[in-house]
Amino acid sequence: MKVVGLIIILLCGGLLAYATTDFPNWGDPTSPAAMHVSAYYIENAVTDTSVPNIVTAILADYRGYDTMFETAVIFSAAIACFLLLRIFTPKSSQSRLYRHIATGITLRIEPGGKLPEKSDTFERIDSSWVPHDLIIKTACRLFIPFIQIFGLYVIAHGHHSPGGGFQGGVILGASILLFAVSNDLRSTISRMGEKLTAFLCSAGVFVYAGTGTLCMLLGANFLDYGALASLLGVDPVLARSHGILMVEIGVGMTVMAVMVSLYYILSSDGKLNEGL
Amino acid sequence: MHDLILTIISKYNYWIYIVLLMIGLYAMMVKKNLVKKIIGMNILQTAIILFYISIGAKKDGTLPILLHTHHTGHHLVRAADYINPLPHVLMLTAIVVSVATLGVALALAIKVYHQHGTLDEDEIHARIRK
Repeated sequence: MKVVGLIIILLCGGLLAYATTDFPNWGDPTSPAAMHVSAYYIENAVTDTSVPNIVTAILADYRGYDTMFETAVIFSAAIACFLLLRIFTPKSSQSRLYRHIATGITLRIEPGGKLPEKSDTFERIDSSWVPHDLIIKTACRLFIPFIQIFGLYVIAHGHHSPGGGFQGGVILGASILLFAVSNDLRSTISRMGEKLTAFLCSAGVFVYAGTGTLCMLLGANFLDYGALASLLGVDPVLARSHGILMVEIGVGMTVMAVMVSLYYILSSDGKLNEGL
Repeated sequence: MHDLILTIISKYNYWIYIVLLMIGLYAMMVKKNLVKKIIGMNILQTAIILFYISIGAKKDGTLPILLHTHHTGHHLVRAADYINPLPHVLMLTAIVVSVATLGVALALAIKVYHQHGTLDEDEIHARIRK
């Protein structure tokens, strides 16, 4: 099997290498990919949409349909993970582990036992033993707000600098994942619950499709943001840039929530009680 | 001989993507462990992403973000000065979708592990045939 696979792959690589001789050279400004529609985008993006970042202009305006369905794809990926793995188990039927912080002694409390009150002397821990990591927790607590501010900046400033909904959403999701890794899954879920992530997943797609429908209601084509001009009180070209911002916020919400909910479900094996 | 070396050097981006694509395909076809197959799929996606990004490059081209466009009025923008933004847009969404497919693939792998207690392809086949 190994030899057969190797032969097939070498054959495939040989064909690709043979085809490469017809490809344009590296950095060739007259390559076919750069000749047709991309030249139009570069020359007219600003006059059409008043967005200097051409990548964002193409992503959310010229190819708006494409991006809307990409958002729907990651939304359905989150739903697929949920349907595959999510198991609902009653919370009270498992034994709990608590650590006395000062001495490091671990208590195991069977179902029905008296639970310690919420205080600074005891903390609940996962069943796989974890060390008490004050430095990691403190460092992450300092970092996370700045990461989130940066994520929001990347979403909101995606027109004028590198960025946009996808990148900003991933940064925001990463900040919450950092919290989940540095603390534990339980305290993350108590701050950002499963219902909230599910709501944000669907709300992002709704914002995107809703912006498109709003344009339709105002008498233009689906996702033709120029129609928003009468609603926002600006000229149609600037209205396109505002429409792109609305769409990017929707994308950012969906991407963040999908990253977080994928992590929740995969790390805890679908039980959402304790994870990595 | 000189031409051959020139071809190899002027198209070096394609050789990188071909090698990565072959590594990914090999992992997907030959490796027995399902997680290794998933990682192979990810390497293959990375190869395609690099291929598209390298197609967009232009010599002496800069980032496709224009400067000072709001107030200085309309000045001519030459397409040759900016790298091709279209592959970047396509790959931007492809990266996120590849993460989503990775999530679904890992969820399926976890499900398979629950069902059969192993991620090895041969053992799963043996258990199914039993």
